[in-house]
Amino acid sequence: MVKKLDKVDAVTVGVGWTGGIIAAELAKEGLNVVGLERGSDRDTEDFQMIHDEYRYAVRYGLMQDTSKETLTFRNKPDERALPMRQLGSFLPGEGVGGAGDHWNGQTWRFLPYDFQIKSETDKEYGEDKLSEDYTLQDWGITYDELEPYFYKFEQTAGISGEENPLGAPRENDYPTGPMKSSPILDRFKEAAKNLELHPFQMPSANLSEQYENPDGETINACQYCGFCERFGCEYGAKSSPNVTVIPTAMKTGNFELRTDSNVVEVLHENGKATGVRYVDVKTGEEFEQPADVVVLTSYVLNNTRLLLQSEIGEPYDPETGEGVIGKNYCYQITAGADGYFENEKFNTFMGAGSLGATVDDFNGNNFDHTDLDFIHGGSLSITQTGRRPIESNPIPKDTPKWGKEFKEQSLHYFNRSLSVSAEGASMPHRNNYLSLDENYKDAYGNPLLKLTYDFTEQDRNLHKYLSEKAADILHEMGADIVEENEISEHYDIVPYQTTHNTGGVIMGGDPETSAVNNYSQMWDMDNLFVVGASAFAHNSGYNPTGTLGALAYRAAEGIIKFLDEGGQLVQADKNSQLV
Amino acid sequence: MADESKGTKISRRKFVKNSGYVAGGVVGGGLIGSLLGVNFGGTEQTSTAPAQETKFNQALMYFTRQADFNTLGAATERIFPTDDNGPGALELGVPYFIDHQLAGAYGNNDNEYMQGPFYTGTPFQGYQSALKRHEIFMQGIRALDRESEANFNDSFTNLEEEQQDEILQSFEADEVELKGVTSSEFFEMLRTATLAGAYSDPLYGGNDDMEGWKMKEYPGSQMSYINEIEDDDFKEIEPSALNEHL
Ligand SMILES: Cc1cc2nc3c(=O)[nH]c(=O)nc-3n(C[C@H](O)[C@H](O)[C@H](O)COP(=O)(O)OP(=O)(O)OC[C@H]3O[C@@H](n4cnc5c(N)ncnc54)[C@H](O)[C@@H]3O)c2cc1C
Ligand code: SF4
Repeated sequence: MVKKLDKVDAVTVGVGWTGGIIAAELAKEGLNVVGLERGSDRDTEDFQMIHDEYRYAVRYGLMQDTSKETLTFRNKPDERALPMRQLGSFLPGEGVGGAGDHWNGQTWRFLPYDFQIKSETDKEYGEDKLSEDYTLQDWGITYDELEPYFYKFEQTAGISGEENPLGAPRENDYPTGPMKSSPILDRFKEAAKNLELHPFQMPSANLSEQYENPDGETINACQYCGFCERFGCEYGAKSSPNVTVIPTAMKTGNFELRTDSNVVEVLHENGKATGVRYVDVKTGEEFEQPADVVVLTSYVLNNTRLLLQSEIGEPYDPETGEGVIGKNYCYQITAGADGYFENEKFNTFMGAGSLGATVDDFNGNNFDHTDLDFIHGGSLSITQTGRRPIESNPIPKDTPKWGKEFKEQSLHYFNRSLSVSAEGASMPHRNNYLSLDENYKDAYGNPLLKLTYDFTEQDRNLHKYLSEKAADILHEMGADIVEENEISEHYDIVPYQTTHNTGGVIMGGDPETSAVNNYSQMWDMDNLFVVGASAFAHNSGYNPTGTLGALAYRAAEGIIKFLDEGGQLVQADKNSQLV
Repeated sequence: MADESKGTKISRRKFVKNSGYVAGGVVGGGLIGSLLGVNFGGTEQTSTAPAQETKFNQALMYFTRQADFNTLGAATERIFPTDDNGPGALELGVPYFIDHQLAGAYGNNDNEYMQGPFYTGTPFQGYQSALKRHEIFMQGIRALDRESEANFNDSFTNLEEEQQDEILQSFEADEVELKGVTSSEFFEMLRTATLAGAYSDPLYGGNDDMEGWKMKEYPGSQMSYINEIEDDDFKEIEPSALNEHL
């Protein structure tokens, strides 16, 4: 028996960054909002024992419990998809705050080029720059339109940074100044300048000073403790939904946070969402939560899965190229190089999740691609996130992976090696997509999401290019041995790469080729909003959260408008660009 | 330049060799004691062992046969051997770490998707075994001995170091047949668990006395580096562990 609850103005599925932003903005307007979160409650007070590499970084203490739910994976459409039985390549969040608790906090704005990538690429390099297999398209919004929302997210999070000479133009300075630099970062900046590149301090959600945001929430100053990525912050110094938007929503009295609530279906009738059905994961009881507006804020993977499972929108078909749900899944390429220094030691164990320096000279369209066999690029950074001993055993290639020599070298180089690495952009390809699995089910009896994904030629060429550039910088930094990263033969679900999954419910100007409009409102269902990096039509050369934060603020504005006026907030543009 | 304190490191190694001492307790015919005796050709001299507190957490939660535990210990010591830099897996307590992990969530794949059907995947699809990790370890460890008997007519713990390496290499290269899992998958699990035991917080029973961290010049769980992050010189910091955070 499904128990039907009282109707609310809005319900969000998942309470991470996007769910928290929607909840805060709507609740401040006096709307009543319920946030359903499959995981448990947690907050800064849970992070006192957090300096534990084994528990949190190796055994994934804060991440998704894959015994209940995971996805299946294959490289090619004609392969058998098998479950990702343990986490590896990416680490989805679970629990209040989502992955926003254990993220690094590197907070970027995508480039103007990104939002109009198809038309800009065609204009500059002709329509055949990429083959027809790449389903590149514009986002149906420009950077200038999004700029105020970027700033709003940065203000909420108190982002610490300095002007990026080659980045997207900013109307305002960052809310707080850049983090402290370190000898490692200084070394990178100096080398980059020698190479006539344009280094700057990475924008960070690990705050350089104590800060009060416009909602009155205080975020503390970072202590550079070195346990940041994959860990929660015991000081409340890393901007997360838990120290910003969730308390803001709570204070209004209009927001109810309901944990242990796993949403299994978006309910709908006559083209209108009526609410969601969820399971209490502790009791197994089922509930129906009716709402005027349903907002999917359950990360890329579950946003896509819930739509497919609830039969909303047309599933993407790689054979015909038709349908949109599951289309344009993208990831990133982690190019770079490692440098080994014989005569110097660095304090690599100190650091913060976003302590870094970057050059954008090889990102987006900041350089000429006429004679290159790829488009876009990536930001190249050195980061000092706090090196940890179990997972960090830097050894030059050809060193054995165990035994006497391994031990000797890995001890020797632990504090004598540095890496320069890229967030490499990922372009959509017709054979990279999300669908529902026919064979495997989650703990609630629903089909798992199926990921079909492999690296493309574009990825390989870009990877090589960026790795060479990273190696140049390390040589200039004075490394004795420099080794470029190599891309694996196929995309491999096992080693961690990044939790920057994107696409599946993409944004655009044309309902034929996109699932949501630029307010993240479904073209097919006016009162259903799907918010997050699932809306990205491709993935850029930066971490995604700054951009998805901006889209979430815009979505909140759209939802408020919709509750007032109803209907589609954007007029469909049938002539939008598509390969 | 792993030379700063070579002198003391060498003497520590000699000490281990000669006394049969294992960090973590006095060894008088205990499991690891007899192992060290075998490995280093020394005899147990409990009388010369320093006065150390008995570590009551050094007992077995998972393994039921001493022989299996000894084989595990010998294998981890080959993966992370004692050398001039300092202690190896045995002295760090790695076998106890692994034993304890196998008894808990790690050994039982608590957070992993273990529903069927099970198929062999491509190398890019990851763990697809229907077996739980503790079953894989048990099978793999018995197979180490089986292979040792077959190739060298002796148990794994009694082999020369080179022979032990040869056996481990054959596992790594997938030359040994196991049920429901490949020998390289078992080997990779053993390797990563050994490193985890050498370097995790001592609360888990490995990294005894934070010796793993000391060798790596890793200060463990410090509260803050805000006052040092900008400094040019390398900081040698006495490590601290999580029990200080209570
Ligand atoms: C280790 C790590 C480091 C990272 N570092 C960075 C970085 O430096 N910079 C950056 O930009 N990004 C980084 N990211 C990515 C960043 O964390 C995400 O982009 C961001 O958190 C996404 O926000 P979200 O709201 O879309 O999803 P999430 O934060 O994942 O929140 C989604 C929530 O929905 C819940 N949920 C899912 N399905 C259901 C369901 N069916 N019912 C109920 N609830 C459900 C989940 O439990 C989760 O709490 C990092 C991620 C990881 C894992
Ligand atoms: S590095 Fe800074 S922001 Fe990150 S966990 Fe430590 S104190 Fe918090």
